[in-house]
Amino acid sequence: MIKFDRVGKRYPNGKDALRQVSFELPAGQLTFLTGHSGAGKSTLLKLIMMIERPTQGQVFVEGQNLTGVGSRHIPFLRRKIGMVHQNHQLLFDRSVFDNVALPLVIAGFARADIGKRVRAALDKVGLLDKEKLNPIMLSGGEQQRIGIARAVVNKPPLLLADEPTGNLDPALSAEIMDLFHDFARVGVAVLIATHDLSLIARYRHRLLTLREGRLIHDGEEAASQRDQDLALYAGIREDRRGP
Amino acid sequence: MARNTRPPRQRRPAGARSTRTSLGDQFTAWRHHHRDSLTDALARMRAAPTSTLMTVLVIAIALALPAGLAVLMDNARALTRGWDGQAHLSVFLQLDTGEERQRALAREWDGFDTVARTEVITREQALDEFKTLSGFGDVLEALPDNPLPPLIVVYPADVAPGQIEALQRRLNGLPEVDNAQLDVAWVRRLHAIIELGDRMISVLTLGLALAVVLVVVNTVRLAIESRREEIVVIKIVGGTDGFVRRPFLYSGFCVGFAGGLLALILVSLALWWLGGPIDELLRLYDSEHSLTGMAASSGLVLPLFSGTLGLLGAWLAVSRHLGDIEPQF
Repeated sequence: MIKFDRVGKRYPNGKDALRQVSFELPAGQLTFLTGHSGAGKSTLLKLIMMIERPTQGQVFVEGQNLTGVGSRHIPFLRRKIGMVHQNHQLLFDRSVFDNVALPLVIAGFARADIGKRVRAALDKVGLLDKEKLNPIMLSGGEQQRIGIARAVVNKPPLLLADEPTGNLDPALSAEIMDLFHDFARVGVAVLIATHDLSLIARYRHRLLTLREGRLIHDGEEAASQRDQDLALYAGIREDRRGP
Repeated sequence: MARNTRPPRQRRPAGARSTRTSLGDQFTAWRHHHRDSLTDALARMRAAPTSTLMTVLVIAIALALPAGLAVLMDNARALTRGWDGQAHLSVFLQLDTGEERQRALAREWDGFDTVARTEVITREQALDEFKTLSGFGDVLEALPDNPLPPLIVVYPADVAPGQIEALQRRLNGLPEVDNAQLDVAWVRRLHAIIELGDRMISVLTLGLALAVVLVVVNTVRLAIESRREEIVVIKIVGGTDGFVRRPFLYSGFCVGFAGGLLALILVSLALWWLGGPIDELLRLYDSEHSLTGMAASSGLVLPLFSGTLGLLGAWLAVSRHLGDIEPQF
């Protein structure tokens, strides 16, 4: 679904945000992406979304090499990607229904079709009865679920989540993760960028760890190894907290 | 990832494939989005009535000025068009030419191909007319002799400048003629002034049209700024630049169109208000002409022209500022 082939990204200020990053995400797999702030998580997501372009190597989405994609075609690429944000990115000047319907309106679905699909997506996240409300009237957890409904409403093959549980308590985080598992089960490639170590520890999923732009860990190995990696990552975080 | 190396999978249910839409649906959606953009633009104008009214008013005033002047110029042109036909030669005869001879000359000249008709003004008639018009009646009474020469007014058959002047030379060559004077110089001067006025209106229109565009650029720039979040979200979920641009283009057009409509109303009001005095003035100058308003066609042209300016302004603002707004994480 996604393939990074020795991808490097150097920003105009000379900073290397990513160096020689290679990995593949198959369809139907849920993967965590972690690393401290500035390790390159955001850059990696931006390369997939084509907000930025790599300065080295190649990125593939659904077998398509993004290097050759012109800027006019970026919107059509993004329609294959559902994006969930930490701050939800909802629009408060319209109803829950209209928020979720936006990708379908943009992609040019027929009106009747839009109604069916939006309700199916809202039903999936358990907010079918809130479709007429303004999202500002809903709790943080509910807003996040609307964001997820919007990300999956046109059934994209790829779902990206940037700190999806950042502002949520553990119970709500678990609900959100259940949703992501469901999507992975039906064949969606799910990539979750997170700082939340407890979340990562709770689920046994593939983990990509970035450090200073390098992919220092990639795997679903034994729990012990995993714990070491987490400890290593925690250590990095401790280091950063130091003087 | 090459397709043939991908492991076989049976996960995606049928429903998950339908991210694509048919061409017909795309077209319907495109049409709907145009309609929605227009509705949205109008709704946003209604939602902020004060600022909308201000913008529309600025545009209206900027356009009413040249439009109103253009209407007045059109009237001036229509008014003076009739005067061309009245171009004539005032032929003053020698003082000692008798009235009989004067009438005979007039009849003779009537026979010329190049003359349409003639009008005889005897020395006595000239004196009477001069007394009534000038108010110097008493002074003239005091003169021993009538100082005014006999006059024959000659209306040429062809008012083309060369023709009139040829006739003028011919008449000047006659022994009884003291001076044949062409009375079209002032009409020409008037035409030159009208021409100048037209040019000045063009310059004014150009300048004020630019002002309208800039007003819309600024309005749309602010609108883009206030809808930054929405633009970001639309870009994330795969909205094309056209999709993002469309509502702003419509709002630019609507503001311009409304401004043009209001300008039309302002001009009409001004003409109605000026109409009475101007007609009175024209009547005093013995003119058949009465003030004409804007033609029905130009009535529609003004809002459309203004709408186009709005569209242009919105386009400039959008192309300048939309690229700055990119999704961030």
